[in-house]
Amino acid sequence: MTEKEKKEKIPRQPMPEQDPKKRSMNFDEVPYGYTPELAQKEASRCLQCKKPKCVEGCPVGVKIPEFINLIAEGDFIGAAKKLKEDNSLPAVCGRVCPQESQCEALCVLGKKDEPVAVGRLERFAADYERAQGTVDLPQLPPPTGKKVAVVGSGPAGLTLAGDLIKFGHQVTIFEALHKPGGVLVYGIPEFRLPKAIVEAEVDYLKRLGVEIKYNHVVGKILTVDELLEMGYDAVFLGVGAGLPVFMNIPGENLCGIYSANEYLTRSNLMKAYLFPKYDTPIAVGKNVAVIGGGNVAMDSARTALRLGANNVHIVYRRSKTELPARAEEVHHAEEEGVQFKFLTAPLRYIGNADGWVTGMECIQMELGEPDDSGRRRPVPIEDSNFTLDVDLAVIAIGTGANPIITGTIPNLELNKWGYIVADEATGKTSRERVYAGGDIVTGAATVILAMGAGRNSSQAIHQYLMNKS
Amino acid sequence: MFKILEKWEMADNTVCHFKIEAPLIAKKAQPGQFVVLRPNETGERIPLTMAGTDPAQGTIDIIFQVVGKTTALLRTLQKGDAILDIIGPLGRPTHVEKLGTVICVGGGTGIAVLYPITRALQEIGNHVISIVGARTKYLLILEDEMKNVSDEFFITTDDGSYGRHGFVTDALKDLLDERTDIKLVVGIGPVPMMKFVCKTTEPYGVKTLVSLNTIMVDATGMCGACRATVGGKTQFCCVDGPEFDGHQVDFDELMKRQAAYLKEERQSYERFQKEQE
Ligand SMILES: Cc1cc2nc3c(=O)[nH]c(=O)nc-3n(C[C@H](O)[C@H](O)[C@H](O)COP(=O)(O)OP(=O)(O)OC[C@H]3O[C@@H](n4cnc5c(N)ncnc54)[C@H](O)[C@@H]3O)c2cc1C
Ligand SMILES: Cc1cc2nc3c(=O)[nH]c(=O)nc-3n(C[C@H](O)[C@H](O)[C@H](O)COP(=O)(O)OP(=O)(O)OC[C@H]3O[C@@H](n4cnc5c(N)ncnc54)[C@H](O)[C@@H]3O)c2cc1C
Ligand code: SF4
Ligand code: SF4
Ligand code: FES
Repeated sequence: MTEKEKKEKIPRQPMPEQDPKKRSMNFDEVPYGYTPELAQKEASRCLQCKKPKCVEGCPVGVKIPEFINLIAEGDFIGAAKKLKEDNSLPAVCGRVCPQESQCEALCVLGKKDEPVAVGRLERFAADYERAQGTVDLPQLPPPTGKKVAVVGSGPAGLTLAGDLIKFGHQVTIFEALHKPGGVLVYGIPEFRLPKAIVEAEVDYLKRLGVEIKYNHVVGKILTVDELLEMGYDAVFLGVGAGLPVFMNIPGENLCGIYSANEYLTRSNLMKAYLFPKYDTPIAVGKNVAVIGGGNVAMDSARTALRLGANNVHIVYRRSKTELPARAEEVHHAEEEGVQFKFLTAPLRYIGNADGWVTGMECIQMELGEPDDSGRRRPVPIEDSNFTLDVDLAVIAIGTGANPIITGTIPNLELNKWGYIVADEATGKTSRERVYAGGDIVTGAATVILAMGAGRNSSQAIHQYLMNKS
Repeated sequence: MFKILEKWEMADNTVCHFKIEAPLIAKKAQPGQFVVLRPNETGERIPLTMAGTDPAQGTIDIIFQVVGKTTALLRTLQKGDAILDIIGPLGRPTHVEKLGTVICVGGGTGIAVLYPITRALQEIGNHVISIVGARTKYLLILEDEMKNVSDEFFITTDDGSYGRHGFVTDALKDLLDERTDIKLVVGIGPVPMMKFVCKTTEPYGVKTLVSLNTIMVDATGMCGACRATVGGKTQFCCVDGPEFDGHQVDFDELMKRQAAYLKEERQSYERFQKEQE
């Protein structure tokens, strides 16, 4: 047997995780993560390709074979350091990247067998480093005397802030909410991304000297022009795509109908799942419908289960193959008992005298010709209407651009959906000294793409600042 | 942390007034705008209107009625204590313009919300007629303040213990019958009151502004908790409002949405009262 064949014999190592029955009742993280033994075994599967395909699939070009090799050799700290050369939030990405359509999708092992579990290994190395205690701070260069204001503390803003402080610039983040992390804290639930991980990453930035001002809604308390006048040499906008989209169908304002943003913000940011220890309430549905098929829908459905629902339906207008959520999230949701109603779309909500939702009239769909996105367009089947009993509905069909900040920046070019027009390679906008990146430029995308945008802008801003004497 | 510099209680300790150090907010705030605050780490985010600001001193004023857990908890704070988070200024400022004669109608703690608007309307040169009402005499707040910014001033109480016996809408109707020069009515108070103010002005065709106090979470347009139907369309009160053309508002929906968490609110409040004992 050749070395290669031997390696191909080792199966992809599963991650130990909480039993589905138990975990659907708690908010603890679902997978426990690899043990060092499992990680080394999985790492040993990697062929150390000369021209690694996997790297092409990673939006930030993580040196995948190198970090995996360090794990195989038992140098876990070294692996974490290697990861951080390209990715400042490996503990987050290892958990939430859609690996099956990125790095792992291109792994050569995946052709015949299963790909190397790049995400799980990434998570392992980062967790190992964090568990060892405080992460070493790099030596910072002498201060440049330049100041940058970052608006928004999501993955784009955090990545950019980390880069710029390491170049010796002074960095202040202005965040609208009372906690840092953007979607990582208000959107993605604890059972998928423990908040302690985000806190550790932010602490690291603070130790490097990044200043964070919470409760600052830029556009209200300060405008971007005022920030520039106050002496910031450049401003980066990483404000995300935080505008909830509703369907505008009858009955949508009944009580018990939430946008996913509200539902998840109540539960995650405000800790309504710990009510009444925490003061923010959340309605507990017995029969819940979640409309949509992305990560946001899966997170909402699994939150509803954990809050005590008997039946949780994902109502999605296309079929299973078109679900945009990460495969692992769909799998976990199914295991936990979330029921899927594919090819179904809501038409209207029915309420009682108190104004609470009691039912949702739906229509059955079939797939027709492909639409602009290349996916087959769902078309309603006539007379296929039926009513689903629901006392809680969560609308997770996407988000848009919030005009609260973009509307207060004169001459900032926006596209027809209200997103900021910015150069892909640099984040430059139509306004001098104003850069933008992440979901507010691309529309709702992924953590790693937002981080990549932050990285690109940090290079561009650094160059601009250094040329400007 | 935002320090409480002064504290006053009024209306038989059911209403509380804080002067709070918040220099940046004070500099930016305009009449009609509000803040969201979170008292402590386990607290809820609640919206409260700025009843006044002092940009020179760097302070804002909030006046709130104790109705549940968060407001009761706030009331336990003393001069020198601090509030963990305050976010603002939020919402659209009132559109203040010189129109001629305007009527400002306030009920209950709504008077605190109405006061800065009334003052701004008078400062710009309107003839301001104010009608303030309460259930009973000792619940009436800001009487002197309102009087000082009004050209004509009326008081009503539901039980007749002070001013005219009756509702603010009775006084409003008389004024609308007497005068034809009313250009605008601003009505702020409990939802049923605002609904009846709008019912009262509708036959006269007088534009009527109301301030909608929906339940809010982020108050930056990110969640939609605060949605209300205005003119058949869904609006987010925190960013599109809080003021709207009252004749377009679906008040019944608003009342039902405000009551969405009654059970949980009661549970929270009772738990808090037990802890206080
Ligand atoms: C529920 C949910 C689940 C998801 N799951 C995944 C997943 O599994 N994998 C994945 O890759 N991606 C996932 N995503 C998408 C991913 O989280 C986003 O693409 C990413 O967070 C975008 O990063 P960002 O930095 O552009 O903005 P955000 O994370 O949205 O952060 C923006 C920040 O800016 C702040 N802000 C906004 N306006 C202002 C203002 N005016 N002033 C000051 N601050 C402001 C916001 O409060 C926020 O903190 C998910 C998204 C959601 C909602
Ligand atoms: C724009 C705006 C401005 C306001 N200004 C003032 C003011 O100047 N003075 C004042 O006394 N009150 C004001 N309110 C109302 C105030 O926010 C509520 O009384 C307060 O939130 C009650 O909280 P609680 O925990 O004490 O009571 P709860 O027992 O939690 O609630 C009592 C009632 O208050 C409402 N409420 C509950 N939670 C919220 C929330 N998160 N957001 C909004 N309303 C909620 C509900 O209708 C509820 O039935 C304003 C509301 C809005 C939307
Ligand atoms: S950052 Fe994401 S895409 Fe890149 S290697 Fe890690 S898990 Fe894969
Ligand atoms: S493509 Fe797969 S086997 Fe090759 S280096 Fe990347 S992870 Fe290893
Ligand atoms: S309170 Fe969240 S959008 Fe208005």
